[in-house]
Amino acid sequence: MSKVLMKGNEAVGAAAIKAGCRFFFGYPITPQNEIPEYMSRELPKVGGVFVQAESEIAAINMVYGAAGCGARVMTSSSSPGIALKQEGISYIAGAELPCLIVNMMRGGPGLGGIQPSQTDYFQATRGGGNGDYRLLVLAPANIQEMVDLIIEGFDLADEYRNPVMILGDGMIGQMMEPVEFKERKKRDLPEKDWITTGTKGKRKPNIINSLYLNPEELEDHNIWLQEKYKKMKEKEVRVESYNVEDSDVVISAYGTTARIARTAISKLEKEGYKVGLIRPISLFPYPFEEFNKIKDDCKGVLTVEMNTGQMLDDVRIALNGRIPSYFYGRTGGMVPTPEAIANKVREILGGEK
Amino acid sequence: MLNDKRIRIISGHYGSGKTEFSINYAIKLAEMKKNVAIVDLDVVNLYFRSREKEDFLKEKGIRVIGSSIRAASLDVPSISSQASITFHDESLETIIDLGGNPEGARALARYNEYLREGYYDMFFVLNANRPETRSLDDVMKFIVKIQDVVRGKFTGIVNNTHMLKATSVDDILKGYDLAKKASDLTGIPIKYNAGLESVLNKIQSKLEGEMFPINLYMREEWMV
Repeated sequence: MSKVLMKGNEAVGAAAIKAGCRFFFGYPITPQNEIPEYMSRELPKVGGVFVQAESEIAAINMVYGAAGCGARVMTSSSSPGIALKQEGISYIAGAELPCLIVNMMRGGPGLGGIQPSQTDYFQATRGGGNGDYRLLVLAPANIQEMVDLIIEGFDLADEYRNPVMILGDGMIGQMMEPVEFKERKKRDLPEKDWITTGTKGKRKPNIINSLYLNPEELEDHNIWLQEKYKKMKEKEVRVESYNVEDSDVVISAYGTTARIARTAISKLEKEGYKVGLIRPISLFPYPFEEFNKIKDDCKGVLTVEMNTGQMLDDVRIALNGRIPSYFYGRTGGMVPTPEAIANKVREILGGEK
Repeated sequence: MLNDKRIRIISGHYGSGKTEFSINYAIKLAEMKKNVAIVDLDVVNLYFRSREKEDFLKEKGIRVIGSSIRAASLDVPSISSQASITFHDESLETIIDLGGNPEGARALARYNEYLREGYYDMFFVLNANRPETRSLDDVMKFIVKIQDVVRGKFTGIVNNTHMLKATSVDDILKGYDLAKKASDLTGIPIKYNAGLESVLNKIQSKLEGEMFPINLYMREEWMV
């Protein structure tokens, strides 16, 4: 298929269907409504099922049910809606069910606003629900990358039997860009021998559950989950870097903000500044090691986010005090401009080139 | 442009580039005429609406009529009562920026009593790079459905086939072919071929309709 022009949210739906997703359960919220709109129109054409649930809580529990039956299933929402889904997400992680969850973040806290934000970084990477669990969190910076990560994300969910979250923001959901749906290699995925599709009297029933009556068993379950997360940390780190090794300032930003930072870097380069970029694509597992490539006499690492400093914590863990850390953020639905980011870099360097 | 009717309604498929065309049209018109207004009737989209550019358009002497409530994050389909001024003030040169698809066009149906034939122009903005409007069948569906909802007739087609900043001559020509087929089938003339000036300048062949160079006012510098 040749390139087409799509809105981010439409591309989410198209990518999911391309990945074999045939079940979508959701509840409307701006700025991601084009996802359920697209799925309601397109899923029936491929024999799939779309349900607009009575609430976010119902929707995420429908995801739990479908995933337990072995279906490729997705839900999507935006910040306050994802907050409502946290109980179900924790249950899904506990019961080790594969699914894809899309969050097109908007301004918060509370109902906040409908303009773009990145204020759910903590919620996505620290576990918004209860318990020691992790989501595999992927943060695309453009629509093509989002499509590719969604298609891969369904496979990752199956491979790890873990929920995968695509963390976007209202901007990437609402903007249009050229996109191409490439044929992909089929991955070898483990057989789903744990699903509840009827025993036909031939085997013991499979049970899908996150409740453990024995603390010993629950501890073992947690140890197993941690082993899984460790494997993700070893195998699933994704990062894009630009001139990290010999820059005087390195910007760290993800998603939409990373693109704005990239434009700021181009401006600064024209003025003779040496500025690099670390763009985490996987937010969990986080690309901590990438920061070790920054030279010791780098003047600072500037984290840029559409929030008041959340990924900043991970950047500081990565730097471990080795290099000064700075932050620039806009919030409430305000989007940073390339010029404002460039100004912050100029400030860090004190005009020194 | 000066031959267009006083009221120009800009409609089409969702994401075809109606708002960008509307804004460019309004700015060009304001260079030639006084008393230009842009009426933002988009109640289906919440980002990238013409009202976001209100201050910029005001500087150019263009009146912007959008929602009665001033809030960028407004998630309510509210339209200013001022939107109907254009049907009463015969001196107001108006561009009506409709929301996409038949759903978005519905906002205009409320003004149907004013939509007498010959009194307005209604342009169908076509982007052949959008997945839902790549074939003649699909384009025809949108033309017919929007006309039904609005209870009015399109008077022109705007070939606005693009890939944002990466638009090529081939994109515009591909869109032109599709627009021509739709035009031949419906009798609706191609009024404009819109595109970045640098790309339009490279087109050698003679196309039906005016060449309409546009600037991407709605695209931030960091966007592709």
